[in-house]
Amino acid sequence: MQSNWITTKRKGYIGLMRGLMALSTALTCGTALFLIGYVLIKGLPSITWELLSTKPSYLAGTIGILPDILNTVYIIVATLLIVLPLGVGAAIYLTEYASSQRLVTVIEYAAETLSGIPSIIFGLVGMLIFANSFGSCLLAGALTLVIMNLPTVMRTAQESLKTVPQSYREGAFGLGAGKWRVVRTVVLPGCVDGVITGCILSAGRILGESAALLFTAGFAHVLNGFLSGLGSPGATLTVALYLYTKEPGPGGAQASFAIAAILMALTLTINFAAVLVGRIFKKRRAL
Amino acid sequence: MGKHQRFIENLIHGIFLFLGLVTVGCVLLITVYLILSGIPAIRQIGLLDFLLGDTWESTAKEPSFGILPFILTSIYGTAGAILFGVPVGFFTAVYLAKLAPPKVKAVVESAVSLLAGIPSVVYGLVGMLVLVPGIRQLFHVPDGASLLAAIIVLAIMILPSIIKVSVTALEAVPQEYEDASLALGATPIETYFRVSAPAAKSGIAAAVVLGVGRAIGEAMAVMMVSGNVPNMPSLFQSVRFLTTAVASEMAYSSGLQRQALFSIALVLYLFVLLLNAALNFFLKRKKEG
Amino acid sequence: MKKKTQKLIGLVMAVAVVASMLAGCSQKLSGTVATDGSTSMENVIGALGEAFMEQNDGVTFTYNPTGSGSGIKAVQEGRCDIGLSSRNLKDEETASGLTATVLAYDGIAVIVHPDNPVADLDVETIAKLYTGEITNWKDAGGSDAAVVLIGREAGSGTRDGFESITGTEDACQYRQELTSTGDVITAVSQNPDAIGYASLASVSDSVKALTVGGVAPTEDTVKDGSYVIQRPFVLVTKTDAKLSEAAQAFFDFATSADASDFISKAGAVAAN
Repeated sequence: MQSNWITTKRKGYIGLMRGLMALSTALTCGTALFLIGYVLIKGLPSITWELLSTKPSYLAGTIGILPDILNTVYIIVATLLIVLPLGVGAAIYLTEYASSQRLVTVIEYAAETLSGIPSIIFGLVGMLIFANSFGSCLLAGALTLVIMNLPTVMRTAQESLKTVPQSYREGAFGLGAGKWRVVRTVVLPGCVDGVITGCILSAGRILGESAALLFTAGFAHVLNGFLSGLGSPGATLTVALYLYTKEPGPGGAQASFAIAAILMALTLTINFAAVLVGRIFKKRRAL
Repeated sequence: MGKHQRFIENLIHGIFLFLGLVTVGCVLLITVYLILSGIPAIRQIGLLDFLLGDTWESTAKEPSFGILPFILTSIYGTAGAILFGVPVGFFTAVYLAKLAPPKVKAVVESAVSLLAGIPSVVYGLVGMLVLVPGIRQLFHVPDGASLLAAIIVLAIMILPSIIKVSVTALEAVPQEYEDASLALGATPIETYFRVSAPAAKSGIAAAVVLGVGRAIGEAMAVMMVSGNVPNMPSLFQSVRFLTTAVASEMAYSSGLQRQALFSIALVLYLFVLLLNAALNFFLKRKKEG
Repeated sequence: MKKKTQKLIGLVMAVAVVASMLAGCSQKLSGTVATDGSTSMENVIGALGEAFMEQNDGVTFTYNPTGSGSGIKAVQEGRCDIGLSSRNLKDEETASGLTATVLAYDGIAVIVHPDNPVADLDVETIAKLYTGEITNWKDAGGSDAAVVLIGREAGSGTRDGFESITGTEDACQYRQELTSTGDVITAVSQNPDAIGYASLASVSDSVKALTVGGVAPTEDTVKDGSYVIQRPFVLVTKTDAKLSEAAQAFFDFATSADASDFISKAGAVAAN
């Protein structure tokens, strides 16, 4: 019925748009599938327990990525420990305390600027500020990553604070609670989901980061405990991937694809975790 | 309220104010550090010679520090990535936001976020092993490491941000607009492209600017596929970007060379600030519009 | 109130932890040997460090592969004990109070794709290729195809060594300037018309190392100097400052005859 009054020209337009959509979606998915498949096929066979559980030995000519795994964990933990109070605090200030709209605009603009800065610039500045003053070490890397991830944590916390109903706050104030008490008992619990989402997003970003860490956190593959690890130079998984690509040595090429495959699996896990957390909190809120 | 309690409240207010200002402090810190370390070399070389000089020979006996090739390469490379990436991203986004069945949408979206999560080194590595030899054979050029290879890698890398932001913008278009268009006799496809897309245009513009930001700031991946020689940009030539100029020489640099690298970073930073202002402009318009 | 105190204590502890981490960063414990510098020396210095740690239980050895220039700078600024450089020190660097001790020699292999029929070039032809005087492989004994020149980035010790020996400083017409040994090898292995240079220790089967003037790059030919394209691996120390006990012990070990086995296993030739 409809088709009776649709002109050929319109049909052509519709067909063209459909074609372009199909082509684009196929291209996007094809590229993603190809990249995932290529890395997994090249990397999975090289993932062995030995690779995961040892440190590299030049004498034996073996490569192990346990130190890199630990370094990655350390740097994520250290970054989150520092960035959470800063980001959540900033979000609380913006949503609960700030009275001057101009200041809010300035802070939000600063956060946007920060999130637009390329990681290579973070790396340079991190080198100038942190690494040059107390040496390349995981902590210098973590502090650089703190600046990098501050806007993400701030924004996700802010988003979730906005969903805390105003009536809760008013209710608490009405009962005579002071501002700090309202923030502590009503507002803070309300932004847990935002904080968790922020953590997941930041962890994902840290996991994939190389440029910002190359100039700040060093490259060593040495087994360390948490505190001594923060004080010494160390490569995260992505930096190790970079290093093994750059200076392969014996077994380095396989190791780099193995690390790439592991990173990809971790990224997938993180994506799923983010979706899952989002869903759980949505459900809880709906109740 | 007791005096003591008021003091505590004020103190806490102060602490939160401080935490809020940390972000601003970080931006100022970065700006100040980049300006302080970027200015000396520009002074010594001369602003015009630095920005408009077309030869970069940082370690030659008589070094010359002209970064025009880097600036142009960054602009061309980013423009090229946008040229390829934006249409593909846009059409994919329309499909995802309006037409795709929920299951397909979920699968494609997780594929897209996986693309976003792949470390740039992996893009570089796969590009080196697959894309560069591919371009060499396809176009019968002596070597495939070129501006084109970098453009393709960048186009793929900016896809996720373009798709995600565009989908959000398209989904936010009020249902009434589309209903009205459909009621007037437009087909769904016509509605999506002639009504929904224009209505979401500032959001899509923001997506493009975000893509530009990601493309202009990428270093590790393009360094491995672009050949990295400071030539004036041309599609099949080996080229060097602003970012790769900094990343490739920083480790070994000393003296004026090192300072000049910081000056390049300063130029890159100014580009990014400009982009951010543009992004803000589009987002603001979206809020008002 | 009690809760508040608890939180305060928590805050203080957090600050203390951060502070102690900061302190840990700069602290040079006795029993630590920190080295920093050339990426090309990774295999050599890694093997030496590991062997040294096996012999001396209490010592921690660290190696930070940042590049020759960074390593030299790190010694100057006291951020490491021993700097590693894969080129000789420049005059101004020696003048600023640094001493270079040659640890080993490394051959720089000239590499082509395995399918390239060319197997031998003399230094002169290599120079002509790299300066663009010869642009087609048929003029260098190969098939009719354009030569693709692959090299390292400005400032790299390998590039420095290669260009100074072939006399092509600032004259190379590179098609690609890559930032690492691995990248150069990968790029050459992917292009049948490419020629590149890389540290001998890292050359793998995916590329073919040319003989230069009829001499194949091996440990022996590097040692007796008949393979001419080579450069030194240098330990850089401060001239007037004393090394820590552990660092001195490592320095002595690395330059002793005992170390030469480890060095040659890592693909380089010990100087002592």
